[in-house]
Amino acid sequence: MPLAPVETLDLAHDEPQDYLWTLNFGPQHPATHTTLRLVLKLDGERVIDAIPDIGYLHSGFEKIGEHLNYNQYVTITDRMNYISPMSNNVAWHGAVEALLGLELTPRCKYIRVLIAELSRISDHLLCNGAAGLDTGAFTYFLYAFYQREVIYDIFETLCGARFTNSYTRVGGLMYDVTPLVIEKTRAFCKNFPKTLHDMERLLNRNKIFVDRTKGVGVLTKEKALNRSCSGPVARGSGVTRDLRKDEPYLAYKDFDFQVCCSRAGDCYARYLVRMQEMWESLKIVEQAIENLPPGPVDVGIDQRTAFPDKRMVYSTIEGTISHFELQMSNRGFEVPHEEIYFATEAPNGELGFYIVGDGTETAYRARCRPPSFIHFAVFPHLIRGHTLSDIVAVLGSLNIIAAELDR
Amino acid sequence: MAVELPDNVQIGQLDALASWCRKNSLWPMPFATACCGIELMATGASKHDIARFGAEVFRFSPRQCDLMIVAGRVVMKMLPVLQRIWQQMNEPKWCISMGACASTGGVFDTYSVVQGVDRFIPVDMYVPGCPPRPEQLIQSIIDLQDKIQREGTLGGDEFRMTARQQPKRALVELPGLPTIDSARNPVAWSSEVGRG
Amino acid sequence: MNSDQQAHDALKNRLAEAATSEFRGQARAVVPAEQILEALKFLRNERGFDLLIDITCVDYLRYRGAADRFGLVYLLANTQTNERLTVRTFLNEPEPSVPSMTPLWEGANWMEREVWDMFGIHFEGHPDLRRILLPEEFAAFPLRKDYPLQGRGERHNFPVLTREGA
Repeated sequence: MPLAPVETLDLAHDEPQDYLWTLNFGPQHPATHTTLRLVLKLDGERVIDAIPDIGYLHSGFEKIGEHLNYNQYVTITDRMNYISPMSNNVAWHGAVEALLGLELTPRCKYIRVLIAELSRISDHLLCNGAAGLDTGAFTYFLYAFYQREVIYDIFETLCGARFTNSYTRVGGLMYDVTPLVIEKTRAFCKNFPKTLHDMERLLNRNKIFVDRTKGVGVLTKEKALNRSCSGPVARGSGVTRDLRKDEPYLAYKDFDFQVCCSRAGDCYARYLVRMQEMWESLKIVEQAIENLPPGPVDVGIDQRTAFPDKRMVYSTIEGTISHFELQMSNRGFEVPHEEIYFATEAPNGELGFYIVGDGTETAYRARCRPPSFIHFAVFPHLIRGHTLSDIVAVLGSLNIIAAELDR
Repeated sequence: MAVELPDNVQIGQLDALASWCRKNSLWPMPFATACCGIELMATGASKHDIARFGAEVFRFSPRQCDLMIVAGRVVMKMLPVLQRIWQQMNEPKWCISMGACASTGGVFDTYSVVQGVDRFIPVDMYVPGCPPRPEQLIQSIIDLQDKIQREGTLGGDEFRMTARQQPKRALVELPGLPTIDSARNPVAWSSEVGRG
Repeated sequence: MNSDQQAHDALKNRLAEAATSEFRGQARAVVPAEQILEALKFLRNERGFDLLIDITCVDYLRYRGAADRFGLVYLLANTQTNERLTVRTFLNEPEPSVPSMTPLWEGANWMEREVWDMFGIHFEGHPDLRRILLPEEFAAFPLRKDYPLQGRGERHNFPVLTREGA
């Protein structure tokens, strides 16, 4: 076995490298967050090349988008990034409302910001928790999961489902926020900082974790931009792009928070970016819950997209007509014959929907721009030259969700 | 004269003893593909603790497990992997199909999602839900434990004599309600290779 | 939106055939397929659109008022000025084909593989154009409008394992 350094190894060399061996990693493996497959070429423990093989969860989401209407498809968007389903709902209906040119009510915007930030906390808890679990920190994982259960409890009080909520509708939301939800969110905001402090004390200066993640999987800023990375993966490499600040949507202009970035670009940097983002999201949640504007949650009757209040349906003619138009399956609301792209800052990165409307209530083409797909393409580049055990750390830091990867 | 047995002597069937041991230490093989995988992880976490039922050891090697929990949708690219892992598990082995997607294809009636894992591997317990709550999954494990206790044999004969298997508790007909009787209401299956 | 107008106009000045329009504040441009590589090179190198957001495709087979079959969509963003631009080009059967953008943005690699997998659009010069989401043996392009949602039986074509056998 030659002792040449890995970086100078030329794979296109015609001398047969029979000391290299091929290892199949996945698709059934505890550390491949569900179904990913990597075919690794290894020199002992060093990774020479990693060829990803995906598609083990490809369910035809985009094809379904051409058969379900805008309010039905939100149930499918839940199942994309299933650890923060509310952000997918917000992104999908944000895109539909951008296509229709609808302006939401202030209360609806604040509630959508609230649920998007709670989902962000939930996503980062699972991502960091799983990263900790894969590197051996089981207690950290349990702390993170307990807090996720508290968030699930809030979501369940809000709309009945722990996750895969399908909470948003075109022009509004499924239900309004009740006082119990506000009380539970306040209790969460009071108790969460202590857990977050505990989690930081467990891993931030833990020698084992730091040794396993510092300097591993370095992504430079130029590579991050060239490979279309976004979200914590790009921000951990120094790209200061956050759609909540750069292209504010919903009510993010009203909130005071900071964008978390790092220059190092390794796994430890991404881990720290996510931990810090949880603090910032907690700030936003506190501000949202204290300043929730009063008023209706759905858009008014004139836009003819959201169901009117039952009292209006029974007592006014506009309410009755509007309800009838929306309820009957051969009617519905008018959608322009146009195409639009709308992106939100999902916990994983830039989650956008490219919708082609064709006049009916069903999209002609519903394309989801998946951050996990883009980030997994960077993975072979990050892992070259590292060891087999670093694969798990790098995968954990990229937060690859197989359902978003494969759609 | 009757023999007085001391307190530390039990008499029973060997089958019942073997089933009791097996049911209380089911080691799950989590075949987690999608959203149900997250609920599976939540069931294993501290709030709904699956370790209470002896099923704490989530070994990811099929050679060391006896309960395969198919959590999430299985697409046609993944199905050969699922079948291979099922074949690699040693008997006695059971399968829980968790969630709507694993049981019937769920919301995904598309070109790539297998419409029910039971078309291609034998399933013992179905858990409905999208995703099922952790309490539902724990209930299914309890039901599976009852099934193992009822039907288990030392030599694994229940896997070969399907006539011994009783109808699942959920499918026992309730009096007075209309039932789906396939003899009276035959379903026309389109010609598919996989309908076994 | 001033900077968007500049990108718009600059593209129109550079390539006379580029048709620009705006919808809900988003700038779009349509470029003929022969000039798409030049247009994107210009946008990346001289106008600073360093972030390729997405490459996707739309099959206009059943669309009212459609002139061509496939519309390839490139979504670009400029991280310095936060402007976005959607560049579209139209392709037709048979053998829809377009030069690959991987020399400009490496992120285009997987995006183009997915468009090939789902629609069958060939990208010339792509280093590794093969199926990415579906198995290699899959014989159709599923996101085309003439392919049914439930498929043509591929999902049922597997052996059955039973208790006696396994």
